[in-house]
Amino acid sequence: MADAYHTGGSIGPIPLDVLIACPHCDLVYSRPDVANNERAYCGRCHSVLIAPRRKAGKLLIAMAASILILITGALFFPFLSIGASGLHHGTSIVQISFAFNGPMALLAPAVLAFIVIIPVTRLSLLIYVLAPVIRDAPPAPMARQAFRLAEDLTPWSMAEVFAIGCAVALVKLSDMAEVSLGPAAWMFAVLMIIIVSTDVLMCRYCIWKSLGT
Amino acid sequence: MKTAREMGLIGCKRCTRVSAEGTRNCQRCGGKINSRDPKSLQKVIAWWLLGVACYIPGNLYPMLETKTLVGSDSSTIIGGAVELAHHGAWGVAIIILIASAVIPMAKFIIILGLVIGVRRGSQISDGLRQKLYEVVEYIGRWSMIDVFVVAVLSSLVQLQTLVNISPGTASIFFALSVIFTMLSAQNFDSRMIWDNGHMPKPMAPDENDPGPMLAGAEKERSA
Repeated sequence: MADAYHTGGSIGPIPLDVLIACPHCDLVYSRPDVANNERAYCGRCHSVLIAPRRKAGKLLIAMAASILILITGALFFPFLSIGASGLHHGTSIVQISFAFNGPMALLAPAVLAFIVIIPVTRLSLLIYVLAPVIRDAPPAPMARQAFRLAEDLTPWSMAEVFAIGCAVALVKLSDMAEVSLGPAAWMFAVLMIIIVSTDVLMCRYCIWKSLGT
Repeated sequence: MKTAREMGLIGCKRCTRVSAEGTRNCQRCGGKINSRDPKSLQKVIAWWLLGVACYIPGNLYPMLETKTLVGSDSSTIIGGAVELAHHGAWGVAIIILIASAVIPMAKFIIILGLVIGVRRGSQISDGLRQKLYEVVEYIGRWSMIDVFVVAVLSSLVQLQTLVNISPGTASIFFALSVIFTMLSAQNFDSRMIWDNGHMPKPMAPDENDPGPMLAGAEKERSA
C-alpha cells in the first residue's frame, strides 16, 4: 500500500503517519513536536490538536479508579432524604432511576444507564486501555476497539449532569421541606469535580499514538 | 496549506491519522473513515425532525404532577416558570426559561442554520459557525438536567398524603428530544463548514513557492 503522499514537488513523498488532519476542519499539518504542557492548535479553526501532559496516563487511571469507587459507593449509600411535618422519606440512586413508572418506565433504564452504567463502562475501558500504556507494555488485546467504544460513550456518560440536576432539585425543594444529603450525594459532588478534571488531562491524539502500530 | 480532501487523502476524525484515498478503516484507530459522509446532512435533518417533534409535546404536557392534601397540580415547563415569576422569584424563573426553553430552541435553530450554511453558503464566518457547532455539541447533554431534576423530585418527594410528586408525560418527550438533538449534532460533519476553501491568512501558501504545503501547527505555551 502506498502509505505516502506524493507532493509532485521537490520534497518527494511524505510518509502519511507524520501527517495529522484537523478532525474539525480537515486541514493537514506535519506532526509538530509538542512538549508536555504545550498545546498545538489548528491555525484555521483553533481547535486543540495535541495537548500532552506529564504523567497524564497515570493520573487518568487514578482518577478513573476513584470515580469508579465513588459511583459504586454511591449506589449503596443513602442519597437524599426529605422531612416535612414529621414525615420522612429517603431515596437512593437506583430508586431515583426508577422514579419513572407507568408509560414512562422506558426512561428508567435509560436514566440508570446515563448516570451509572455508561460512566462505569467508559471508565473501565479507559483503565483497560491505559494500564499497559503507562507501563510501556504492548497495548492490551482489542485496545483500539475498547478506546473507540470509550470515546463513543463519552457524550452519553452523564454522571456530572446528574450531579447538577440534584443541586437544582435541592434548590427547588429548599423552601418546601427539609432535605438532608446522604454520603452518596457528597460522593457525587466529589465525582463531578474529578470528571471535569479528567477532560483536561485527556489528549486523545496522545492515547491513539501510544496505541498505534 | 491544504485539507486532506484536497490532497486526495482521508483524515480520521477520531485520531487525526491521514490515510490514502479509498481506505475504509483508519490504520491507527481502526474506525471507519470517510472524506465526508455523503449522508451526513440527511441524518442530521432526520434526527433534528424527531427532536423537534418530541420537543412540542415535551412543552405541552405537564412535566411534574404534584398531589397535596388540598388537591393536585400539574405544570408544564413554561407554566411552572410563569408561576414562579408570579410568586416573585424572577431569578429562578428566568434561569428555568433559559435552560428549558431558550437553549433547546437555540440548538434547533443553530443546527438547522449549520445545515443550510453547508448547502447554500453562509454569511456567517466559518470560524463562528465552528464555534456555534461546538457550543451545541457541548451543551447537548446538559439539557438532560431537567429530566434528572424530575427523577430526583419524584423519587424524593413521596410523603404519603402530605405531598407527592410524580413525573408527568412531558418528561419522556423531553428526554427523547434531548437524545435526538444530540444524535443530530453528532451526525453533523463540521469539516463541511470549511469546505468552501477559506484558509487562515497568516499561513496562506505562497503562490510561487511549490515547497512544503505542510506547516507546523501553531504552538502556544500554556501556563
